[in-house]
Amino acid sequence: MSELIGVWLAALLTLGIFSFLYKDNPIYKICESIFVGVSAGYWAIVFFFDNIIKKFWYGVFPTDNSEPNYLLWFGAFLGFLMLLRLSSKIGWIARWPLAFIVGATAGLYMMIYFVSNAMLQISSTMRNVVAVNPETSAIVWGETIGSVIIAVGVLSGLVYFFFSKEHKGVFGQTAKVGIWFLMITFGAHFGYTVMSRMSLLIGRVDFLFTDWLHLLK
Amino acid sequence: MRREIPLLITSIAGLVFAISYFIPHWPFGESESIFGDWITIVQSFAIWLGALNLLKVSFEKIYRKRKDSLYAGVIIFCLVATLIIGFYDGFSGLMQEPEVSFRAPGTHFDWVFVYIYTPLSSTMFAMLAFFVASASYRAFRARNFEATLLLIAAFFVMGGRVPLFDLPLLKLGISDVPYFSLFADWIMSYPLTGGMTAIMIGIALGIMSSSLRIILGIERSHVGGA
Repeated sequence: MSELIGVWLAALLTLGIFSFLYKDNPIYKICESIFVGVSAGYWAIVFFFDNIIKKFWYGVFPTDNSEPNYLLWFGAFLGFLMLLRLSSKIGWIARWPLAFIVGATAGLYMMIYFVSNAMLQISSTMRNVVAVNPETSAIVWGETIGSVIIAVGVLSGLVYFFFSKEHKGVFGQTAKVGIWFLMITFGAHFGYTVMSRMSLLIGRVDFLFTDWLHLLK
Repeated sequence: MRREIPLLITSIAGLVFAISYFIPHWPFGESESIFGDWITIVQSFAIWLGALNLLKVSFEKIYRKRKDSLYAGVIIFCLVATLIIGFYDGFSGLMQEPEVSFRAPGTHFDWVFVYIYTPLSSTMFAMLAFFVASASYRAFRARNFEATLLLIAAFFVMGGRVPLFDLPLLKLGISDVPYFSLFADWIMSYPLTGGMTAIMIGIALGIMSSSLRIILGIERSHVGGA
């Protein structure tokens, strides 16, 4: 019974959201408000039980024989300071935990991006350009041309992002090739995004026709 | 006082994480672990701050009798109902032996997720397909060479992801090879990789310089400064 109610509710909510395609209307706004309320409540509960209960509470008051980690109290104290943002008089104190989050994220991301995005990408680009078949020792032209294209794309793209030198002459021409590669990248990404949205749309239509109306098997 | 202390906290937290990468020993290695736990806890409180602020703003709308107070009422009802269901399932699950997760299939909270949250979120994103299609119809004009490259790449990737474009070639017996799909795969494997790698290296350098500015206190917008 609860599944039947659930399917009907999901179908009506789906149609309610799709009604926006005609024009902005009260039914869409109600569905949108339901989404806002439910998602805020959903994530508040998920973070409460996953982090505040399992990380903090079980850390300070362990249920097994492990040592309690009293340092976690300071994290909870910082979290409490964050909630003071709701007060207009002492809301400025919330800058302290915010400063901690911003600083820690900056320090963490600085190293993560340095390693994974900068160094790893550079090292993976510096591969053997000429691809050889290990069995026949013959050059694999398809992969070789592909490797050259990747190397040219990376170098010219980086030249385009280098704004400390005026884009003139050979430098400017290389930057122009970089723009071509970036345009192909944006186009391909756009196409990929459209198709992922399309698959979501197909999923919703499939739900309506299969699970709700039972018109498709 | 209101700006100096947050700047000091920012610098210390940032330096600990940066140094612990090079010196993963006492005290930096341990500090990184402790700071990581604190971040997780503070993030959870930040989510709650958002939820409570949503309640506050919605109540204010109703109190001031704004024209959209009906929708504010719906938000409050759904938020409070989800919280009650979540707390009920969460705490009753914790008291059971062995513990049952509040997200386990069959719980009320899982019902809310499956039949309310998932349909709403996926339909919201599915609607973007229509908006992206209409936006691209207006924006996609082959005005110059660069725009044409973008158009061609998008066209082949979209066409190559579905069998529709290969179907005429295969059905009419013109070719046994799905050229559209293969060309889309080639674009994704080589030119896209080249461009993406350049963008990722650029992003990494940008984040590193921004992070350094934050840690050194040059960037102060998060503490209310310019």
